[in-house]
Amino acid sequence: MSILVVAEHDHSTLKSATLHAVAACGKLGGDIHLLVAGHNARGAAEAPQLAGQLAENVAALIVNIAGPYSHIVLPATGFGKNIAPRVAASLDVAQVSDIMSVESPDTFIRPIYAGNAFATVQSKDAKKVITVRTTAFDAVVPEGGHAAIEDVAAPPGFEGIELLGQELTKSDRPELTSARIIISGGRGLQKGENFKMLEALADKLNAAIGASRAAVDAGFVPNDYQVGQTGKIVAPDLYIAVGISGAIQHLAGMKDSKVIVAINKDPEAPIFQIADYGLVGDLFEIVPALTAELSST
Amino acid sequence: MKVLIPVKRVVDFNVKVRVKPDGSGVDTANVKMSMNPFDEIAVEEAVRLKEKGIASELVAISCGVAACQETLRTALALGADRAILIETNAELQPLAVAKLLKAIVDKETPQLVILGKQAIDDDSNQTGQMLAALLGWPQATFASKVDIAGGKATVKREVDGGLETVAMVLPAVITTDLRLNEPRYATLPNIMKAKKKPLDVVKPDALGVDVAPRLATLKVVEPPKRKGGGKVADVKELVAKLRSEAKVIS
Ligand SMILES: Cc1cc2nc3c(=O)[nH]c(=O)nc-3n(C[C@H](O)[C@H](O)[C@H](O)COP(=O)(O)OP(=O)(O)OC[C@H]3O[C@@H](n4cnc5c(N)ncnc54)[C@H](O)[C@@H]3O)c2cc1C
Ligand SMILES: Nc1ncnc2c1ncn2[C@@H]1O[C@H](COP(=O)(O)O)[C@@H](O)[C@H]1O
Repeated sequence: MSILVVAEHDHSTLKSATLHAVAACGKLGGDIHLLVAGHNARGAAEAPQLAGQLAENVAALIVNIAGPYSHIVLPATGFGKNIAPRVAASLDVAQVSDIMSVESPDTFIRPIYAGNAFATVQSKDAKKVITVRTTAFDAVVPEGGHAAIEDVAAPPGFEGIELLGQELTKSDRPELTSARIIISGGRGLQKGENFKMLEALADKLNAAIGASRAAVDAGFVPNDYQVGQTGKIVAPDLYIAVGISGAIQHLAGMKDSKVIVAINKDPEAPIFQIADYGLVGDLFEIVPALTAELSST
Repeated sequence: MKVLIPVKRVVDFNVKVRVKPDGSGVDTANVKMSMNPFDEIAVEEAVRLKEKGIASELVAISCGVAACQETLRTALALGADRAILIETNAELQPLAVAKLLKAIVDKETPQLVILGKQAIDDDSNQTGQMLAALLGWPQATFASKVDIAGGKATVKREVDGGLETVAMVLPAVITTDLRLNEPRYATLPNIMKAKKKPLDVVKPDALGVDVAPRLATLKVVEPPKRKGGGKVADVKELVAKLRSEAKVIS
């Protein structure tokens, strides 16, 4: 049995999501092969048609080399979610999305209904195409580097699509999905400018900034800040929810955090039901006070 | 240009679902059902394309039990011109839905299929990409802006690091993200009008599609409950507890 993990990378470094996906494969057993599909990626991946990592091109490559593999594994990130189903359908197999646990090589646990139920599913297909919930598996340590590197030819680029450009959010902060501490703001912040308050606090804690859907929809912060059922799934050591009510769709993205702090002026807000430390009050007083307290002691 | 809009009937997003005591699944009896929210966004986008004169005909499709007719009537009330129900009581998984949709696409030859990015019940996030693969069409998932001109769709996509823009030659598949638009509500006159719009019913057999599930659900359980509800009086107590009790900050 051998497993193909599709690496998520930016053509120079691996994204941490890959290390979590590899960790899940450790539970499957068998040889693990890593596919780095890219361009100018340190001599390992040299296909210009893969520069944009379009699903059409990456999926075609995976399908080409899928033959010997029992499992094809991608992280359940924007990258993996875009590509994996295209691979599965091309191979005429089901995809198991967002696995949280490996019960056996064909049986997995995955969340449904925004994590309000956990389903144990068994795949009857000869090949399993899987995406891995990164927060559910501790990252493997990237060490060794003794694996043989083999070149594979990429199929010609798909004719009907072209990547025109990217507008990536620039930030010096840790990445949301790998940060140890996250401070998220919701509609209670009232406007984008007020996120500066959260940034001052984040500076003290070396934290990443996240947001609820309401804060993103209102334009306070970019879309890639959204935590939740249909945004990013996070599980930091500390999650501080500021002015977020705690809708199930938001909880779905953060309730596996180790410690949850909620700051909200409404004592009935559902976020308090899952918070370890709830602080009822006006965020516009509490957040600056918290930043000051961390500076003074 | 004809546009197809697959819409799924799901448990309403406001409902807190309950797992059945026998572990066989989630209790959907007597629970409010609605159109999948991402599909409302898909319908809205299609209706706007028609209002701009870019789309000429909008066909809503749902796969599932007879009650999916309600979901289709909603799509018709929002502006779809006609509807197709692929009726079955069988459990449908994304690969099966994608195959059913492909069979309809082969007949209807639309230039565009707009789906939701994710159904909020199974949370699979697969069907659109699978359909694109089966058709050999380009795909733009997680769309937050769509422009159609000159046989091309230019789509802004929400990706993990921000946004990216792709241009696709039609026909193509698009899946919607939350920021694409704000769906309208159906008005009473439009709900009345929708009752008279055509709604065809076909069976998977008639389309020659095998919908047998590939994944067996062995059991469904409640997630472990998180012990919460702890309160602190003020910022000083919070910081002290985060340091000494939770030990998550130094
Ligand atoms: C299909 C679908 C997908 C969704 N996906 C997601 C998702 O991935 N992530 C997500 O987050 N949501 C998602 N949602 C939206 C979700 O249902 C909620 O609408 C959203 O999470 C609410 O955001 P919020 O808590 O910021 O806003 P609100 O619910 O409006 O809460 C604001 C809170 O701020 C508090 N507040 C206001 N002023 C102050 C103050 N001065 N001091 C202290 N507290 C204050 C209020 O008491 C209130 O509790 C989704 C919804 C749908 C339908
Ligand atoms: N049974 C169905 N009938 C019609 N459309 C569906 C069905 N299942 C999924 N879809 C479409 O596929 C999208 C993604 O669903 P999923 O892959 O299940 O997360 C949905 O938003 C719908 O647009």
